[in-house]
Amino acid sequence: MRHAKGKPPRVGDRPAIRRTLIAVVLVTGAFFVLAPLVVIAVQAFSLGVGYFGATIAHPDTRHAIFLTAATALIAVPINTIFGIAAAWAVTKYEFWGRRFLIVIIEIPFSISPVVAGVAYLFVYGLQGLFGPMLQSAEVRVLFALPGIVLASMFVTAPFVARELIPLMQAQGRDLEEAATSLGASGWRTFFSVTLPNIKWALLYGVVLCNARVMGEFGAVSVVSGNIRGQTNTLPLHIELLYHDYNAVGAFAAASILALLAVVTIVAKVLLERQGAGRRSRPALAAPIVEAKP
Amino acid sequence: MSRRRVIPGLPLSLGITLFYVGLIIALPLGALVFKAASLGPEAYWNIISSERAVASYRVTVLSALAATVFNLVFGLALAWVLVRYSFPGRRLVDAIVDLPFALPTAVAGIALTTLFAPNGWFGAPLMDAGIRVAYTPIGIMIAMAFTSLPFIVRTVQPVLEDLDPAFEEAAQSLGGNDAAIFARVILPLLWPALLAGTSLAFARSLGEFGAIIFIAGNQPFSTEITALLAFIRLEEYDYPAAAAIASVMLIAAFVMLAVTNILQARALRYTART
Amino acid sequence: MKISLKNVAKTFQTFRAVRGVSLEIESGELVALLGPSGSGKTTILRMVAGLEYADEGQIFFGDEDATDIPVRERGVGFVFQHYALFPHMTVGENVAFGMKVSKKKRSKADIEARVGELLRLVKLDGLQDRFPNQISGGQRQRVALARALAVDPKVLLLDEPFGALDANVRRELRRWLREIHSELGITTLFVTHDQEEALDLADRVVILDEGRIVQEGTPAQVTRQPKSAFVVRFLGDTNRLSASVANGMADLGGASIAAPALADGKADAYLRPNDLTWSTTGGGIPASVEGVLDRTGSRRVIAVTDRGDPLEFDVAPEVAVKAGDRGFVQIARAQLFAAE
Repeated sequence: MRHAKGKPPRVGDRPAIRRTLIAVVLVTGAFFVLAPLVVIAVQAFSLGVGYFGATIAHPDTRHAIFLTAATALIAVPINTIFGIAAAWAVTKYEFWGRRFLIVIIEIPFSISPVVAGVAYLFVYGLQGLFGPMLQSAEVRVLFALPGIVLASMFVTAPFVARELIPLMQAQGRDLEEAATSLGASGWRTFFSVTLPNIKWALLYGVVLCNARVMGEFGAVSVVSGNIRGQTNTLPLHIELLYHDYNAVGAFAAASILALLAVVTIVAKVLLERQGAGRRSRPALAAPIVEAKP
Repeated sequence: MSRRRVIPGLPLSLGITLFYVGLIIALPLGALVFKAASLGPEAYWNIISSERAVASYRVTVLSALAATVFNLVFGLALAWVLVRYSFPGRRLVDAIVDLPFALPTAVAGIALTTLFAPNGWFGAPLMDAGIRVAYTPIGIMIAMAFTSLPFIVRTVQPVLEDLDPAFEEAAQSLGGNDAAIFARVILPLLWPALLAGTSLAFARSLGEFGAIIFIAGNQPFSTEITALLAFIRLEEYDYPAAAAIASVMLIAAFVMLAVTNILQARALRYTART
Repeated sequence: MKISLKNVAKTFQTFRAVRGVSLEIESGELVALLGPSGSGKTTILRMVAGLEYADEGQIFFGDEDATDIPVRERGVGFVFQHYALFPHMTVGENVAFGMKVSKKKRSKADIEARVGELLRLVKLDGLQDRFPNQISGGQRQRVALARALAVDPKVLLLDEPFGALDANVRRELRRWLREIHSELGITTLFVTHDQEEALDLADRVVILDEGRIVQEGTPAQVTRQPKSAFVVRFLGDTNRLSASVANGMADLGGASIAAPALADGKADAYLRPNDLTWSTTGGGIPASVEGVLDRTGSRRVIAVTDRGDPLEFDVAPEVAVKAGDRGFVQIARAQLFAAE
């Protein structure tokens, strides 16, 4: 008797277990994760390409696309600058409250987008802190682009920072200290020493941040006021069409965001090949117990 | 100047960070807490303990629990299959696991609703079997499970990948069978990651909105989640109620965060570096 | 339990890790597998354990063909290089693991008693409730051994047992392992790349290179009668001088030594630092001193022969020698092999 793999079976390697597990996971995954994607495509074109085209070309849809793109174009770069600044501050220096700051940055991740939206209402809404002041100055924040951008920035605040912090933490401060000691300025150090080492992680964070900004629903839903043709982002427009009993139109609009999701995933896979993403993050558990030589 | 401050840029980077954190994160949350606090204890309590609100907590928490338990099993199985077996299409499956993260929640919501509606691809056969998914708590559970699946897979997967095969080999050489090794060695080593993923998934399910409202039916007392109730109060211009309910969700999020950290610290006590 | 390997081979993808190894380990023997990294020593150990299956050949435990018996049923105790102690279990739970998962059911009290006994054997009583990350490296090593012994193995296998430890701890544990072995008399096979460790500890040393056994024998045999230049080089510091052999005598350029086993022609002489002495008065290979390194028990002289070959040797601490001195290197012993 000779063994094909030359190794005794590991836990779970018995063919029966292996095949059952793979089959169960693939079938469940197909029904549960893949089917929604398929149903979007099928539904979007269920009344033909013409109807699909008409939905996309409709001024309200076009405006929603424009608004979503505009939001992303403002929110993502600002968020990126914040993410870099935050990662730089918490990894290159020691200061009182550093750990606490890291926790605060991560907070939006665990808060419901609806809560975020409601919270913004109590800052910029009429019944909020600055509401009356803003109204007398005739500045519109809520039910307008600024509110949508602010709510999106809240929801995605941790996205870039959380990719950079573990990576820059692991890289330490030696390179920057060396560059500084050689006489480089802070900007020079950042652009020619730090940035080349974090570019893929940065891009990774930006891609994920962008996907979330473009797809954000709950928070934006609260602060936008859902005014058709004015403050409707693409996700909100989908809801509107859906509730207008225009399911096919809703799916046509949704297919744009689904396409964005697919592009995001492809970008994610490509960036992970460059070493960005979860692989560069320290594992959460179980370092092997071994003696330090 | 201390050695730690050799690198220039602290005032600028910390300034930007604090300004952003203050303006974007702390200010609105502070405003919400302020608004809720200004209600006074009695009014606050009446709102958050109203029958409808309590019913929404129950629906939300129970659905989130069910979704999380489902994901605990399915997510672990998925991570296991992706790490331990090679089969055609493995990379594709690995990539698709992120779909629930990448797909906007509203899009997921209408897609799941269409699939599970009584005349949908899955809904119709399930109706024949007597199971109604759309517009019931099961629908809520499915939407929650969909959106939170990647949390568990993505926290367990890297740990499983990095698991030193020597642990298994040692257990095998000591005579353990597969079931014993899985239960006594592998699972405990994955536990901190599972715990982290599970609490992230649960927290996400508690706060999920977009994917749920399409499939839930949104009937008060039976299929109305807490996030939706806050939203409805807002649309009714009942701002105190919206503030109170949102603050409950905020507190729940902070409690989850604290619990996660405590459990994590405990689970890691034996693996912490010496 | 006697272990026999018959022509065992193992290839990983394209790397031929083990190429036809035959080896007998007598019952109760303590044997070292010694070789550089990539020599196949760990692979052999893992095949004996059943953690790898041999591609070719057979492995016998006593008279039983164990080649295809999985590790779980093979009845070996394996101590992993980094111990692989279960980090979520206490020391006591680690030691008890094998007894708990065994088909042979034991009462809780029995298991506890046995754990106590084993921990006393490895001198760790009192540390039962500590977690592996709360004890020192040397203590972990001993827990790993106790855990392996808990299942009453027929043979004990250790992969680089002291590799991850400080030099001091290492020496102490070496002596201790010797004691345990003589107390239990269990057939033991261990892998090491440290020749000193192998020679100090083992009854018999098996030297491997590129997946083959190049020599096996007692420490005395492998050190005094090395079969190849590789063995000489691998076992410790050595100098090489080229020699020419004629009529059973090897000429090293100033000194000649008997070489009865070699044919006429070119040869290599291997000279350990202790095989050479320094003389200022003539006789031997003329050389000049380039430097002297003072060590605790001796002085290491770095010299170069007039032919240009470097030589290193040790002299007593009292010998006054310094850079620039000229003199003669005399040969007490040498190992001669036909030129490679």
